[in-house]
Amino acid sequence: MAKTIQEINEKIKKGKAVVYTAEEIIDVVKSKGAKKAAAEVDVVTTGTFAPMCSSGAYFNVGHSNPRIKLGGGTVTLNDVPVYTGFAAVDILVGATGIPEDDPRNKIYPGKFHYGGAHLIEDLVAGKDVRLEARAYGTDCYPRRKLETWIRLEDMNEAVLFNIRNAYQNYNVAVNLSDRIIHTYMGVLHPKLRNATYCSAGQLSPLLNDPLYHTIGVGTRIFLGGGIGYVVDRGTQHNPDVPRTDQGVPRMGSGTLSVTGDLKQMSSRWLRGASFTGYGVTLAVGLGIPIPVLDEEVLKRTAVTDEDIVAQVVDYSEAYPNCVPGSLGEVSYAQLKSGSITVNGKKVPTAGLSSYVRAREVANILKGWIAEGSFHLSETVAPLPSVDSGVKFKLLQERPILNNARVAVD
Amino acid sequence: MATKRLTFNFPPHLIDQPVTYQLITEHNLKVNILRARITPREWGRLVVEISGKKKNLDAGLQFATDLGLDIKPLALDVQWNANKCIECTACSSVCPTGALSVERKEMHVSFDHEKCIACELCIPACPYEAMQIRF
Repeated sequence: MAKTIQEINEKIKKGKAVVYTAEEIIDVVKSKGAKKAAAEVDVVTTGTFAPMCSSGAYFNVGHSNPRIKLGGGTVTLNDVPVYTGFAAVDILVGATGIPEDDPRNKIYPGKFHYGGAHLIEDLVAGKDVRLEARAYGTDCYPRRKLETWIRLEDMNEAVLFNIRNAYQNYNVAVNLSDRIIHTYMGVLHPKLRNATYCSAGQLSPLLNDPLYHTIGVGTRIFLGGGIGYVVDRGTQHNPDVPRTDQGVPRMGSGTLSVTGDLKQMSSRWLRGASFTGYGVTLAVGLGIPIPVLDEEVLKRTAVTDEDIVAQVVDYSEAYPNCVPGSLGEVSYAQLKSGSITVNGKKVPTAGLSSYVRAREVANILKGWIAEGSFHLSETVAPLPSVDSGVKFKLLQERPILNNARVAVD
Repeated sequence: MATKRLTFNFPPHLIDQPVTYQLITEHNLKVNILRARITPREWGRLVVEISGKKKNLDAGLQFATDLGLDIKPLALDVQWNANKCIECTACSSVCPTGALSVERKEMHVSFDHEKCIACELCIPACPYEAMQIRF
């Protein structure tokens, strides 16, 4: 029996919606069967909490008196440079930005103690941050220098805007070389001494709706502890990859661009992260409700860690040099058991995505829906799927010759 | 048999003393040096796992204390800040002793001071600066 989102919302309003997390639904389907479960269950909630580098936030800091035009000037918040190429007092901060005087990897491996992600965490926590600005001055915006403390509540708008989050599956990283390497997949010890992975597996949003039947433009979600929305596909969205019989991608595939009002978010769900030798990134808590429109949708939410596989990739040679291929395929059940076998060797595994926190996100979202405070939204447009022709490309470099002018066709 | 994991803090005037030798030969103790830092004119630090008969261990530690060493349990030097930890498990695969471990069904992370040897491998592995060491 098919349901509509409107019908599900009616039940949510009455406090009668039947909601399970993507972890709980596995046993529900096992005991009741998919058909019966699809009739009874209205919503399945997913969750993830992991580092997502392409995250950021924009702010309107308000006009000073006399006015200053930050656009075209330079601005730092707690020494982190922010982007000013907008109108007078709109600024944009990216998660990976770091202070000008951070030693970076000059003293290897760099610690990257503070950056854009920590700044976002501090602002969300209600802390005062230092805004320092230099501008060139105009007749209408005469001021050239501004130094002030500022808090999130002082700003007009403060919006989290992440251009790529919630990667649908990801590589398992190992190091085949004989030296330690520091990567965005963590510290990788030489000669296959450890392996790292980064997905919530059976709780991960896009792995529970692998062909994007319910998640699309305009989907209302849990974002950073508050409410957010799916903007569109994220950057590097790559739906046309090898998939399992259930349609689950065997490697990194779909992504989401998401947004939400930062003022209603929490620093528990937006955490600055310092990857030794690599840089700063933001751990984002994100959860998506999946409306059980029919039996097919439900069956896909019952995916288990045994059913989801990922590719083992060498981050010492293959990844940096874009060498395609995999050292093997492993399931999330194997990854979460604590060890996998690669090239005949038993390798201890560790996650970068917190499964404990993913479960917490899915439970919070479940609570919101069950108590009637969170309604599902209809999507405005679908995400590009397998047959869309959307492909993730590498950059084809075209060297610029001496004195060449900008090419005009 | 008793076993203790300790840090021996040597004042500058004692760094040329063969304390470990005396603990082994005169007090019949098994001393496993886990880490050592000796810098001229500064306090030296030795992380040891020391074991033997309870009576010998007490006498040996008394001898070292009387000599002027500041002896502290290792557990105080390594700290797991549970509030900062997001339980991602990144630390667990680099921890050589299983002090940082994952309870596999639920995926909760825990830290056992008793197993920690203060090797510091967890420190660069934790992106949230949840592991702290004073050494």
